[in-house]
Amino acid sequence: MSYLEYNAKSTPTGLRKILYLNWPLTLLLASVAAVGFLMLYSVAGGSFSPWAEPQFKRFLLGMGVMLVVALIPIWFWRNMSILAYLVSVVLLLAVEFFGTVGMGAQRWIDLGFMRLQPSELMKITSVMLLAAYYDWLPPERSSRPIWVFIPVMMILLPTFLVLRQPDLGTSILLMAAGGGVMFLAGVHWAYFAAVIASGLGLVAAVFQSRGTEWQLLKNYQYLRIDTFLDPSQDPLGAGYHITQSKIALGSGGWSGRGYMQGTQSRLNFLPEKHTDFIFTTLAEEFGFIGGLTLLSLYVLIIVFCVVTALAAKDRFSSLVSLGVAITFFLFFAVNMSMVMGLAPVVGVPLPLVSYGGSAMLVLLAAFGLVQSANIHRPR
Amino acid sequence: MSRSPKDLEGAHRKLSRRALLLGGLQLGFVGGLAARMRYLQIDQADQFRLLAEENRINIRLLAPARGEIFDRNGRTLAHNSPSYRIILVPEDAGDVEQVIAKLSELIPLPPEDIERARTEISRNRPFLPITLADQLNWEDISKVAVNAPALPGITPEVGLTRIYPQLDDFAHVVGYVGPVSDYDLSKLEAPDPILRIPRFQIGKVGFEAKREDTLRGTAGAKRIEVNAGGRVMRELDRKEGQAGADMQLAVDADLQNYAQARLGGESAAVVVMDCENGDLRAIASAPSFDPNQFVRGISVADYRMLTEDPYRPLANKTVQGTYPPGSTFKMVASLAALEEGLIGPEDTVYCPGHLEVSGRKFHCWKRGGHGHVDLNTSLKQSCDVYYYDLAIKVGIDKISAMAKRLGLGIRHDLPMSAVASGLAPNREWKSRVKGQDWLVGDTVNASIGQGFMLASPLQLAVMTARLATGRDLSPRLIKSIDGVEQPSGAGEMLGLNENNLRMIRRGMYSVSNDRRGTGYRSRIIAEGMRMAGKSGTSQVRNITAAERAAGVISNKDLPWERRDHALYVCFAPFDDPKFAISVIVEHGGGGSKAAAPIARDVMLQALYNGTPPLEAYPKGDRSRIKAQQERLERERLKRAENPDSDRA
Repeated sequence: MSYLEYNAKSTPTGLRKILYLNWPLTLLLASVAAVGFLMLYSVAGGSFSPWAEPQFKRFLLGMGVMLVVALIPIWFWRNMSILAYLVSVVLLLAVEFFGTVGMGAQRWIDLGFMRLQPSELMKITSVMLLAAYYDWLPPERSSRPIWVFIPVMMILLPTFLVLRQPDLGTSILLMAAGGGVMFLAGVHWAYFAAVIASGLGLVAAVFQSRGTEWQLLKNYQYLRIDTFLDPSQDPLGAGYHITQSKIALGSGGWSGRGYMQGTQSRLNFLPEKHTDFIFTTLAEEFGFIGGLTLLSLYVLIIVFCVVTALAAKDRFSSLVSLGVAITFFLFFAVNMSMVMGLAPVVGVPLPLVSYGGSAMLVLLAAFGLVQSANIHRPR
Repeated sequence: MSRSPKDLEGAHRKLSRRALLLGGLQLGFVGGLAARMRYLQIDQADQFRLLAEENRINIRLLAPARGEIFDRNGRTLAHNSPSYRIILVPEDAGDVEQVIAKLSELIPLPPEDIERARTEISRNRPFLPITLADQLNWEDISKVAVNAPALPGITPEVGLTRIYPQLDDFAHVVGYVGPVSDYDLSKLEAPDPILRIPRFQIGKVGFEAKREDTLRGTAGAKRIEVNAGGRVMRELDRKEGQAGADMQLAVDADLQNYAQARLGGESAAVVVMDCENGDLRAIASAPSFDPNQFVRGISVADYRMLTEDPYRPLANKTVQGTYPPGSTFKMVASLAALEEGLIGPEDTVYCPGHLEVSGRKFHCWKRGGHGHVDLNTSLKQSCDVYYYDLAIKVGIDKISAMAKRLGLGIRHDLPMSAVASGLAPNREWKSRVKGQDWLVGDTVNASIGQGFMLASPLQLAVMTARLATGRDLSPRLIKSIDGVEQPSGAGEMLGLNENNLRMIRRGMYSVSNDRRGTGYRSRIIAEGMRMAGKSGTSQVRNITAAERAAGVISNKDLPWERRDHALYVCFAPFDDPKFAISVIVEHGGGGSKAAAPIARDVMLQALYNGTPPLEAYPKGDRSRIKAQQERLERERLKRAENPDSDRA
């Protein structure tokens, strides 16, 4: 059933659409964001400024965006996919030329009222485009090389641009999410096996290129990989992030030190305590129970996305919902692996919790797509 | 593009299948994350919590307050007073030179302090505080505090410093403290961590050094929370240390003060010992110095002045200085002979002015001789020949043994620096140390306290007190520690024949009260306070035969360092001895002239508790004494008003 066969009359219209919002999902998103406010309030030493208050405002803005996206029919978004993708690519190129350099990397455009990270936007628009592509493409062709080559290019173009900023974390996310959508769309598994094999080859190449003229990564990225492999090697230097992060996390124990009682993050032992490493504060103050609670909330969000996708009657709705779920999963999985010392520090925020405007807005807009798919499902 | 519903159906099923597969993978990964979280937070929680504590908690030692020192009447000899110092954290200061320049406009900063600070800055890590100025007064510290905004990295700090309000008077007894030096640390095997507190003061000399362990106390500690930059965030808790024990000395500050003043500019020492319990009521060595100089950090020039002074102000002559006791030793020799039953009080010796022993002439101090001399006269007039004769009969070993019984030649354990053991030689000593046989001439010399014989003023006071009481008195410096009375120095009876002792004491009484006694001019005439004494004049040079033939040069014609030492020992009241005193005036000339008046004056001060009536002095002395008392009183007042002008 393509969207052309939609029986428009059987989908909710007007204000009735609000009733068909996936309220449990909305509530889950709000709860995760609330955890974020709590933690930002705590790491600021019990203060709404400088993080909790702006974050709250952005969340409200984001919820507004989500609602607007949700109320607009999903087929409109499908038709807009290509445009959204192109705008994102243009913005990425703009960052390349006019972007502001922050933390040694060129990542955002200053729009005046907020700083926009096009790479965040890219995560969702690329998923949208892939979903639209496979919605258009007859399923039986999806495994043919030429039809595989096109989406691969769709993925690699932004990945390449993001990698140039350089932002390793986002590049990996883009590739993984794009690959996920392709897998769901039914591309033959042999392609994935080939990609994984060549990925391993690339890893080897990355290590081989180190110190040579064609070095593939920046030195600090190599250092991060080194310290990931052996954090104890330089606990006060490059391994500091991981070591301190594990100390904070581990010292939380079963139930944590209590809200606002965390010592490691508040005493600045933890770097980026309000952004990428905010999970350690949560784990330190609320312990294993707190960490597990957040993890469960995340899993529930994904479950709702998957349920929406499976119930959807068209490929775009299914694929976009699942793509959002994969992106969301990759966000928290990479972030948590990183702070728990399972992955190198690549600079991926904890979704909806870490301080940061672009990621919050883009993620909520993405969930808006899921909501829209849910509302505009023919009933 | 057209597509068949069947295809779409298949595609949807495939999508569902793959979605569930991917969902399963995701769940598996989440499970892995949860397991990892469990491992870190539950299994390894203890280890990480420990690391977290180490991260954030620093322990800083708190210096305990040093025990204070008082005299027997509760007058303060050493106390702690708040002292202000200025700390500089180079990291916070930014331009260190500029901050130092600004600071030196506000308060005086000696160039050597600045130099020392500069080397410390270059040596240490920039966030470690260094002391820029120490021992500042309140006024200076206020100036700095007011200007704090213009002085980044500068903080005033308060600590405790040692103050010696008695200035020079107790420098040798109490000693002084100073900051721990690398040398101090190198001497200790496992130094107390407290010593590493910057500017921590420890006893360097004297009582402060000897009783360091008791005075120091134990360190407290505070746990502070620091952030990743090492900055102190807050204090978590603190455990106060145990302050050092307060000490009460047996010394009477007023008497000490008088004694020190009475010695004046002489190079001299006086020891006043309580005959009842061995308390050292005064133990004065002149000239002295202001110990506060050392606490503050003495300048090189001042220190050189002290070390190059021929009167040796830094030496504590009361216990460190040993001198030939001269005629004050005669009581020991005669008592040894009496105890052996070799002489009786009526036995006489003829003194022609010299005695020939194995071909060598030993002279009496009186060229014409004393004629027939009995025991009493021998003491009274200090006839030497009598003792030459006596000593040959008794032999050196008996004399040496008696000397040791009376407290000479043995070390009295006092908590003061470099307490000397003196020397009461015997045959065994000479063959062991000198590798020579003891000669009869050595015995003759020893009999009048010359030759190898050496005693400190403290030992002479102990000897006199033991003769006066017949008891094995030992000196006591510490009266009480934290209010706990220390064992008295009143010993058992020495087991000497009381009749013999009485004969010696009568001889000493005659010295002071008989018209022909050597100490007659410095007697006490108040009844019930009569004094018994013995003068001594010990040679520091050999008088050659040639010189003797040309006529012995009198002391006042000799350069100071070749003149005789003047000694006097005494006790009073004669009937019921309360105090024993020994006085030595280095190169002072005759004992009866130079030392006896000092001993008598100090004795009267002690007997009358600081206010002796003029009637106690012989008539001829009264006007001189009155003038002297007034002068000393004036000096005392002046010192009290302006303590620093004294010996700057």
